[in-house]
Amino acid sequence: MTTSTTRDHVEVRKGAYADSVALLQLSRTVQGIPGIVTAQVAMATPLNLEVLAQMGFAVPADATPQEMVVALRMADDAPATVVAAAEDAITTALTTRAPSTAAGVAPPRTTASALRGTVDGVVLVSVPGASALVEAMDAVDAGRDVMVFSDNVPVEQEVALKRAAAARDVLVMGPDCGTAVVGGLGLGFANATSPGPVGLVAASGTGCQQLLCLLDHASVGVSHALGVGGRDLSAPVGGLSTRAALARLDADPSVELIVLVSKPPAAGVAAEIEAYAAGLDTPVELAFLGPGRPDLTAAAESALRRLGADVPAWPVHLPTHPRASGGGHLRGLFVGGTLCDEAMLVAGAALGPIRSNIPLSPDLALGPDLTADTHTMVDFGDDALTAGRAHPMIDPTLRLEQLARTAADPSTGVLLLDVVLGHGAEPDPAARLAPALAEVAQPVVVAVVGTAHDPQDLDRQVRALVGAGAEVHLSNAAATRRAVALTIGDPE
Amino acid sequence: MSTPPSHVVGVGADLLADAVEGQAVPVTRVDWRPPMAGTEADLATVATDPRRREANDGALAAMLATSATLVDVGPASEVLGLERGQFLHAGPPIGWDRTSGPLRGALMAGAALEGLVDDPEDAVALFEGGDGVSLEPCHHRATVGPMAGVVTPSMWMFVLEDPATGRRTHCSLNEGLGKVLRYGAYSPDVLERLRWMSAVLGPLLRTAVRASDPVDVTGILTQMLQMGDEAHNRNRAGTLMLLRDLAPAMATSGADHANVAASLRFIGGNDHFFLNLAMPACKLALDAARDIDGATMVVAMARNGTDFGIQVSGTGDEWFTGPAQVADGLFLGDYGPDDANPDIGDSAITETAGIGGFAMATAPAIVRLVGGTVPDALATTRRMHEITLGENPRWTVPVLDFQGVPSGIDVTRVCRTGILPQINTGMAGKRAGVGQVGAGLVTPPAEIFPAALAALAARVPR
Repeated sequence: MTTSTTRDHVEVRKGAYADSVALLQLSRTVQGIPGIVTAQVAMATPLNLEVLAQMGFAVPADATPQEMVVALRMADDAPATVVAAAEDAITTALTTRAPSTAAGVAPPRTTASALRGTVDGVVLVSVPGASALVEAMDAVDAGRDVMVFSDNVPVEQEVALKRAAAARDVLVMGPDCGTAVVGGLGLGFANATSPGPVGLVAASGTGCQQLLCLLDHASVGVSHALGVGGRDLSAPVGGLSTRAALARLDADPSVELIVLVSKPPAAGVAAEIEAYAAGLDTPVELAFLGPGRPDLTAAAESALRRLGADVPAWPVHLPTHPRASGGGHLRGLFVGGTLCDEAMLVAGAALGPIRSNIPLSPDLALGPDLTADTHTMVDFGDDALTAGRAHPMIDPTLRLEQLARTAADPSTGVLLLDVVLGHGAEPDPAARLAPALAEVAQPVVVAVVGTAHDPQDLDRQVRALVGAGAEVHLSNAAATRRAVALTIGDPE
Repeated sequence: MSTPPSHVVGVGADLLADAVEGQAVPVTRVDWRPPMAGTEADLATVATDPRRREANDGALAAMLATSATLVDVGPASEVLGLERGQFLHAGPPIGWDRTSGPLRGALMAGAALEGLVDDPEDAVALFEGGDGVSLEPCHHRATVGPMAGVVTPSMWMFVLEDPATGRRTHCSLNEGLGKVLRYGAYSPDVLERLRWMSAVLGPLLRTAVRASDPVDVTGILTQMLQMGDEAHNRNRAGTLMLLRDLAPAMATSGADHANVAASLRFIGGNDHFFLNLAMPACKLALDAARDIDGATMVVAMARNGTDFGIQVSGTGDEWFTGPAQVADGLFLGDYGPDDANPDIGDSAITETAGIGGFAMATAPAIVRLVGGTVPDALATTRRMHEITLGENPRWTVPVLDFQGVPSGIDVTRVCRTGILPQINTGMAGKRAGVGQVGAGLVTPPAEIFPAALAALAARVPR
């Protein structure tokens, strides 16, 4: 029956099996592919081989009943891709099943199991740090990007995970990655922003959130904010994820400017990353936070100028009855590690050394009671304070307890806090914080990191805090400068 | 990458999954629980072994690529080179002093069968003295044996071969149910049946097998899984298909008609006859996955009535053992849990290969025999997919929309989930000589999996 206007393709698949009903359905599906004249997919039983021979196919002599024969007849003018299309249809039909939504089907117990049978999607890991690598490696094995929110992951595990990911062209965001925005979807703690020309690569969660919110206030959107984890630019990790994230953003035509925000990288790593960034098609704004370097707000302003956008005045909300400082020390209580860091850098330049649980130098470390008879700043999101409890952006109890003690301390002159809004954070942080602040005698300055689209309602949060006597800023650097001015008795 | 991900897999905090769903992106939530105690560091070490992924892919592929055909039948002295005084047994290695009742009974029957003693009771002194007798696991001789698994030189064996490689495995002929050697019985009728099997059944099967095309055992397994057999506690369809393949050659063998009829009646009357082909077919497939550095796949699960042991691809011939458990199920007659011996037999090779308890969903007819319900059976097969590396495209389960059986038990996934392999099993009486007392469900002792994991971790190159 073969005529000059058709050609045949016959192949034998070993190890494949389906029942004859399924194969008849499949044969019909394949016949429906444009360019296919007739098709028969069947187990190579003697009967089926006879049928194929009658149809005029050249049947492989050595096929056994345990093997599947795929016989295709296509028009001579059919595109060369028709065989691949038919093979894809067959493979898909043999390997996919209707999604099982039946009641009583137990949920998957591992990431690998959850990924079975899926073709895309990202993985979000937030199990305890000792088990995070194993779940994340399932994602890498499956070739899926993964965000590791978990902290307390040993650095050697981070290196091993990222090396495996690099070999498979997978992006690992984290570990200890609090914030990411992937194609507009916020993962972890992420503010609701519009898509736009900026792509962020961030080794810090709250630093990333501050940039998202400042850019949003300036009406500049962010396409992606890819977290890489706070240690990515350290010498042992060597920027493995930073490079992968930069490459991803460079490949996305919607990204006009990449902003890389991090603490200053390890010496050798900085040079490598700068060289790598210089080789990309997309310009990269490097925002390395450190002594004598621009703060996050300055980085946002620089990015806006490079995009040709206007730099707005960053919003400030003053309380009706400002409190006066009776003299004393500046006390910062933070949920965001990078916001705490930035505040120490900004305030330290004016006030001198600041003691902290995440000190700028080891000699400034605080003891376990988190107090000292000088300026102090505490990061409640630090690993040591989150082991065995939720992050302070979810559970504010620890900070509220310390707030009461600090406010009762006569040496406290001014209080500086951050409030971080967005997906994943407490649904109404002001509900407990505002009443606590209303009890405080000292001046209070709060940086509220949020956008108008965040689920907590930025305006309502700001009103509640201002109503409790706090002065509220969007810029953490501006809030810190204001707190410093209040501390040294120079209210500008 | 400009569009948001179509779907997120969330493992860990529900709050973060809620936040994603709040943005109208669906989340598959993993029901994550902490791994088996003390395994976190070893799990991380093994997960970062650069050889692991390819090793496991290779192990699974090697297992799935194996076909088993029945090519011969012959006495163990001939096909295994087993010599007088050499005894094979099920499970990991064991000495007489630690053997359980059913293994003792089977060894005593074997000694009498070989003429080492006249009365099976006299064999106790023989094995205690140890002169001229030796015990060795079936698994060490490319063999598997159900229950006690005792093989002696005069017993006739099925010989299975992988046509692609010529590798072979072996198993004795199934004696039937009730008072039989493999359950530890050694009465005169047990020995008489064994002598008939060696004198009549074995030679007739050899003639028939040699005169026929090789029987495609793997292919029969494909079919029987679609006919309600899970190939460990139900082998009814498989047994009948074997008869279908061999009966013509048996009829034309030239053997005495009465013997042919007796043999056909014996096979047809023993629903478990095919078990002794399913087991070596599974071993043949799993042996293909042995000795792959970095592979975390279990290649054998076996019990000797005292210890439950596993072997793992990446750790060579090492056995990881713990105390065998007593099955939970139904009892024959007046027998009860106090009469049952701990788990025994190499037949868990079927579960190791993805059938038996792993394919419980396909055998609703026997779920009550092993004390379960149909929903339990479906849930069991689904649960086993949580601890296996993949699916077997040849061996499918119609009621699960033709999903392949869960294949390639992964030590790391057992440790991560705490889900233990589910085994369907017969129960032997704990006193020597009693025979079968029931059937039920059993799992390995949990601690052998962290032990195997630690050995895998110790082998990861630094």
